[in-house]
Amino acid sequence: MKNSLLSFFQKIEPDKKKSPFLHTLYDGFFTFAFAPNHVTKGGVHIRDGMDLKRLMFHVVIALQLCYLFGTYNIGQQHFAALGMYEGFLEGFHLKIFYGLVQILPLFVVANVVGLGIEFFYAYKKGHGIEEGFLVSGALIPLVMPPALPLWILAISVAFAVVIGKEAFGGTGMNVLNIALLSRVFIFFAYPTYISGDDCWVAGLEKVDGVWTASYNGFVTGVLNPLFESFGWATYQNGLAVVDGYSGATPLSLAAKDGWEGVLTRFTPEQMFWGNIPGSIGETHKLFIILGAGFLIYLGIASWRIMVSMVFGLVITGLLFNMWNATPAMDVPWYYHFSMGSFLFAMAFMATDPVTASSTNRGKLIYGFLIGSIGLVIRVLNPAYPEGWMLAILFMNVFAPLIDHFVVEGHIAKRKSRLSKLANS
Amino acid sequence: MKRGKLFYLSFSLIVISINTLAAQSSGEGSQFLLNSLFVIAALVFFAIVIQVSDNLMAIEAKRIGADKDGNHFGLMPRFHELIGDKLPSYLKNERVIISKKGFDIALEGLASNEKLEIPILRFAVNPTNFKGISPIPKVVVEIGDTVKAGDPIFYDKSQPDLIFTAPVSGEIVEIKRGDKRAIHEIIILADKTQEFKSFEKLNIEKISREDLVKTLASSGLMTLFLQRPFNTLPNLDVVPRDIFVSTFDSAPLAPDLAYALKGQELAFQAGIDTLAKLTPGKVYLSLDGRGETDAASVFTGVTGAEKYYFRGKHPIGNVGVQIHHIKPISPTDKVWTINAQDVAILGNFMLEGKVMQSRMVAITGADLNKTGYVKVPIGASVSDLLQSENISSAYRIISGDVLSGTQVSKDGFVGFYDDQVTVVEEGNSYELFGWLLPLDMRPSVSKTFPSALLGGIPSAANTNTRGEKRAFVVTGEYDNLLPMDILPQQLFKAIVVNDIEKMENLGIHELVEEDVALCEFGCTSKQPLQAILRNGLDVIKAEG
Repeated sequence: MKNSLLSFFQKIEPDKKKSPFLHTLYDGFFTFAFAPNHVTKGGVHIRDGMDLKRLMFHVVIALQLCYLFGTYNIGQQHFAALGMYEGFLEGFHLKIFYGLVQILPLFVVANVVGLGIEFFYAYKKGHGIEEGFLVSGALIPLVMPPALPLWILAISVAFAVVIGKEAFGGTGMNVLNIALLSRVFIFFAYPTYISGDDCWVAGLEKVDGVWTASYNGFVTGVLNPLFESFGWATYQNGLAVVDGYSGATPLSLAAKDGWEGVLTRFTPEQMFWGNIPGSIGETHKLFIILGAGFLIYLGIASWRIMVSMVFGLVITGLLFNMWNATPAMDVPWYYHFSMGSFLFAMAFMATDPVTASSTNRGKLIYGFLIGSIGLVIRVLNPAYPEGWMLAILFMNVFAPLIDHFVVEGHIAKRKSRLSKLANS
Repeated sequence: MKRGKLFYLSFSLIVISINTLAAQSSGEGSQFLLNSLFVIAALVFFAIVIQVSDNLMAIEAKRIGADKDGNHFGLMPRFHELIGDKLPSYLKNERVIISKKGFDIALEGLASNEKLEIPILRFAVNPTNFKGISPIPKVVVEIGDTVKAGDPIFYDKSQPDLIFTAPVSGEIVEIKRGDKRAIHEIIILADKTQEFKSFEKLNIEKISREDLVKTLASSGLMTLFLQRPFNTLPNLDVVPRDIFVSTFDSAPLAPDLAYALKGQELAFQAGIDTLAKLTPGKVYLSLDGRGETDAASVFTGVTGAEKYYFRGKHPIGNVGVQIHHIKPISPTDKVWTINAQDVAILGNFMLEGKVMQSRMVAITGADLNKTGYVKVPIGASVSDLLQSENISSAYRIISGDVLSGTQVSKDGFVGFYDDQVTVVEEGNSYELFGWLLPLDMRPSVSKTFPSALLGGIPSAANTNTRGEKRAFVVTGEYDNLLPMDILPQQLFKAIVVNDIEKMENLGIHELVEEDVALCEFGCTSKQPLQAILRNGLDVIKAEG
């Protein structure tokens, strides 16, 4: 089986000189299917079984629970706005399929655009396809609002990969986190699609000043007949949202009216278990914690960054609680964990090894500052209800500076130790 | 490792419980949560105060001399005593250096403790084994000449007094040359009965250092030393600050030096006495403190050397790591190192006046019919050593260990400094989804492999690169594999961009290739770290 597959692959190998682009593509897929037959030459004779593909794939595995719940929650929030199917299992097939209808195009567009650009640059530069986009492509759909138009996603991914990564030299060379760069691009170029109260629930359209459900042709033309044939409930176009509906997230409520304002619409349990509107992957806190635990156990993501980020949030949160000058400041510090995307940013965004600090001590400083600055943005800045994206990108830029000072400190310590020895 | 797991677990438990508690409590409930958190904080605070004052007391006790036995003086048990492993009894009153970093690669094919008798016909002296000499040294023998063990073979024009001598007596049968007429191997066909060039027996008590160096240089034994920084042959006019000897090797499948030197205690002691004469500083002897029982009994009786026990994982047995912990070298220092078996060679020379360059060489490898130790002179032919094995081209023969050894062809020879021959399978085959779903056990630092759960079960290894070379992506992985106070990744980046000042500041002179070999093994990006380091060392050396 393996050998016939291998010989099939080797048979279809395109000529490297005649069609270099095809060959680059082929090489990318071939090395995905088969670990190459290279042997060590000079240096060590045996190598660790770990490589970058495997490393990145484990991050993708850690994200799977977020994908699962994110898909469900797109449907859940959609029907919650309509006042229907509020129980977890009620209308389950409608929620899941609606979620899939939303998330699959986002995933496909993000990966086709991102990988397409990667392939093109790999061919242009004449090196093999590197797996850097594997994680970015899995992260990007999760940090986007479910109702994001696909063309905006495509532009933002193209921007992030070309300007953020390839311009700096490709995988491992980027200064800024690619997934966050694509998000921040939308945030500043198309702000209404990713901030405010109207973008977090998919499938609603304003008709004569009233939000109503609206479905695309695939849903009404393919899914509805399918569900009908089983005798299941179907999607109904034109249903109006419940009275007093607003798509506000806990964060925007907190910014306006503080913790009291959040409690008028959401319970703390609801926020922890993810039954709130928000970016696709960020809502279910336990699943994110499980993913983070998985990455920490495997030693793939840095626990230093995560722990210090928690400390940064706690200390800044306590200070705000003491100060208590604006409504947003009175949100108890421990609820900042369950509102918004702190945990997601901590587990998957801040720990990106390429853009974080590279020294162990630097990671502690880096994480702490993200936790602290992110909360400052969340609490103090009325225009940006969520702060982690900006805080992480900000600290991405400062990570080399932190490393510089850590390295200088290390050098000074080495020198003093040597001079002590010389005198002894 | 236990500590780390506990920490991760408690951290995630705390986060989860804060969240669930916070989620379930509203109004009065959150007050309760706050109160309980304050109680915990207060307890932690008091615990810290008590711990700190206890430590201060212990420090003060040490200062005023009340702490006579050097054991812990405080009331509270030390943190690492609670969770760390307890020191075995033989280390109680010794100087022990413990390192948590590093990794022991568990491989199949360890040499069995059995002495094999294998007749070796051909030996070679190989100028490429020595770093820093000209590729075309001055050869003083010709094909057809007969030499005695200890007769000069060649010297380098930069140091004509440092003679490279024949390890055995016999006939020079071939001088192999490589590119640009560089001399690769000077091959000697050994006599059945060995003849030795006779040297004057030296009295170590009376001889001056200069005369000793002169005699050792002319007999070829000076070439057994290596000089740091740079790991080159020693300069005869350099007086080393100290001399370091490691009496154990922690590399994968490395020979057991205590077994190799059993019965050579006298020669070893004479060698240590010789070393003491060569340096105005000290001779440092590092002993194996890894086991639960004393594995270093051959060396414990040695006098005239400062003994340190080392406890940890590879590369803890590397002399470079040990120097770093005992007395690190500054860029201006020069120290010498010598292998433990070569100390005995030195000692034998002093005792008998004969150059008997014989070592126990470990024959290792998972697929060999018979592993074990062979006592042979330096530079033995590999095909003679492995004559009972049928080694096809699907296998690689390495002189040295799998991390920092050199690949030799079937008609090659054991390297001058090596005391091990390893045979590993070549990994030149494609593996379906090999990066994702490996079908066989393979050594790995990473916990993503099931072998991490099973613990150090030895597995076979092959020479597949296990992936393609990438840019530096992962951070902090080298730090866990190099038990030295050095920032390895920053150092490698400084070397790559040729930042000489930074290389020196980050401590490049403390490292040689074998120290970073484990980092290279574990590197996710498959970077050639040993080659990078050698480039850096060459640049620094050229700068002077």
